[in-house]
Amino acid sequence: MSVLEAVVPEPAEPLLRVDGLTVHFNVGRAGFWGQRPLQVHAVDDMSFTIAPGETLGLVGESGSGKTTTGRAILRRVPASGGKIYFQGHDITHVAGAELRLLRRHMQLVFQDPYASLNPRMRVIETVAEPLIVHGLAKSVQDATDRVSHLMNLVGLPADAGDRYPHAFSGGQRQRIGIARALALEPELLIADEPVSALDVSIRAQVVNLMQDLQEELGLTYLFIAHDLSVVRHISHRIAIMYAGKLIEIAGRDAIYEDPKHPYTEALLSAVPVPDPPLQRARSRISYAGEVPNPMQPPAGCRFQSRCPFATAQCLSEEPPLAEKAPAHWAACWHR
Amino acid sequence: MVDAPSDHSVASPDDIGGRPHELFSAARGLGKELWQDKPGFIGLLLLVALVLVAIFAPLIAPHDPAAQSLRERLLPPAWVLDGSWVHPLGTDNLGRDVLSRIMFGARVSLLVGTGVVVVAGGFGVFMGLLAGYFGGRTDSFIMRWVDTQVAFPGLLLALIILAVVGPSMTTVIVVLALNGWMVYARITRGVVLSVREEPYVEAAELVGCKPARVLYRHVLPNLTSPLLTLAILEFARIILAEAALSFLGLGVQPPATSWGLDVATGKEYMFRAWWLVTFPGLAIGIVVLAINLLASWARVTSDPQEREKRFARFMARRQAGAGTREAIAK
Repeated sequence: MSVLEAVVPEPAEPLLRVDGLTVHFNVGRAGFWGQRPLQVHAVDDMSFTIAPGETLGLVGESGSGKTTTGRAILRRVPASGGKIYFQGHDITHVAGAELRLLRRHMQLVFQDPYASLNPRMRVIETVAEPLIVHGLAKSVQDATDRVSHLMNLVGLPADAGDRYPHAFSGGQRQRIGIARALALEPELLIADEPVSALDVSIRAQVVNLMQDLQEELGLTYLFIAHDLSVVRHISHRIAIMYAGKLIEIAGRDAIYEDPKHPYTEALLSAVPVPDPPLQRARSRISYAGEVPNPMQPPAGCRFQSRCPFATAQCLSEEPPLAEKAPAHWAACWHR
Repeated sequence: MVDAPSDHSVASPDDIGGRPHELFSAARGLGKELWQDKPGFIGLLLLVALVLVAIFAPLIAPHDPAAQSLRERLLPPAWVLDGSWVHPLGTDNLGRDVLSRIMFGARVSLLVGTGVVVVAGGFGVFMGLLAGYFGGRTDSFIMRWVDTQVAFPGLLLALIILAVVGPSMTTVIVVLALNGWMVYARITRGVVLSVREEPYVEAAELVGCKPARVLYRHVLPNLTSPLLTLAILEFARIILAEAALSFLGLGVQPPATSWGLDVATGKEYMFRAWWLVTFPGLAIGIVVLAINLLASWARVTSDPQEREKRFARFMARRQAGAGTREAIAK
């Protein structure tokens, strides 16, 4: 796709290239004889790239398919169509030992720091597990050293290793989760709403930690979130999803200052401004209408049912992702 | 938040493999912890005592358990009128010493009970893990097998096998295990189904753990408490099921005996000689109680959070105790 090369103008090979990714889930069959399979269109024809050292923020409302996109890249859910390239290699269908090897290169930071740590394993065991299963720790001493280095890296006390997860606060647990993800020294970290389960006061700490780590280790992030202020803080570029489609992707400032898609406009107008008079003066754009049924997405634009600018073309033809400004892509017929 | 003190935290078996001195100190730490939990410690003592009695039965039993004496039929226990200390717990309908029979019966009952729980539990848990974790066809196949076997009358299966193979302790264990593994498989599958959706299981898979490791390290520990409970209930049931088989002549062959067999035969004399059912029944009850006490300790110990709570309670009690002692000294 020539479109993709234009999104990232630098000639460097993207770390991750997603090309027409489609994920459909079979949820049953319809019709008298069960002849029609029922499918949820979780992600449809999604294409983007992430350059090494970059943070791509992936934003969308619940059910828009952002988590599924992350899981598909990690090969936790099978892609129904499209290709995923990691460092130039097609990883869409790798399996077995190759897939295990891929785990060393991309890791996940979980949303819920309370459920993502095994309550029966001490912190040192949890963080050392990746090293053990990949045979990377030469001895017990080696593993201990590497774990304490990781703990140091994420700002946990040195004696944390001997304790169990329940002895830690949410923010500390998320640090443990990040340490576990970093144990294999991956290039790509997919963060699935890593701060949405945390107290607001802790969020900044964890986000700053992630930024520091990126600088220190040259990490690349796919940062999935619905908190727009957090995304603005951490991302270099931002992708907006709606009902399983990528509708806009651009640099952070371009998105926030000059959104092209009507949905992005509405989304951004919902972000409160930390200045009460200014906040009162703002008008919130809100569109009536329903999100389309993911089992039967409409023929044209997915946003047609809520869009105030919708025309006959929007109802019948799907708008392609087009370059509206340099490196600013949006899928809308009218902008 | 309670900090685990150093003498309290015991290294997990995984990181002490192959280092005997650490294994030893871990065992000592566990022993110390058990000593602090009095009910659990009593349970262990009772179990050890019963096992010793079973092993050394020929040395400590006052009589030959099979020696009949028709003149001394249905003698009551020693402390009842007409009783004598020659037969401390009385005699049965053939004049056999009840105490000696209980001592010898312990051998069969404990062995069959433990054997069946281990064999049925091991097999059932394994099948349940496979069914729950892999799902799909594996799950359907194993669970339909379980359903079929549950629907089939267990006693009939036991009768067929025992009639063909011939009764012996091994066949009794195998037959009872064949009848009992399904409940373990069902419970295990249920827990696995819910645990495998936990994010930490997904995390383990994403990190690159192979299925065997995920099952063993992340899923199985969650089964400790339901399985311990189930195994204890099953243990008591197995002792009685063995009695039913023995009663039909397909289990333990006389002159050998078991607690269950004694209860079953003593049942007919319930109103004339209560001691025939009471003492073997008490023995079963004591074993089950002892295992329960020990298992409840093991259940808490296997859960780090519960374990630290217990430790905190212990420390609080000890401090309170020290305070009172000081007050009294003053």
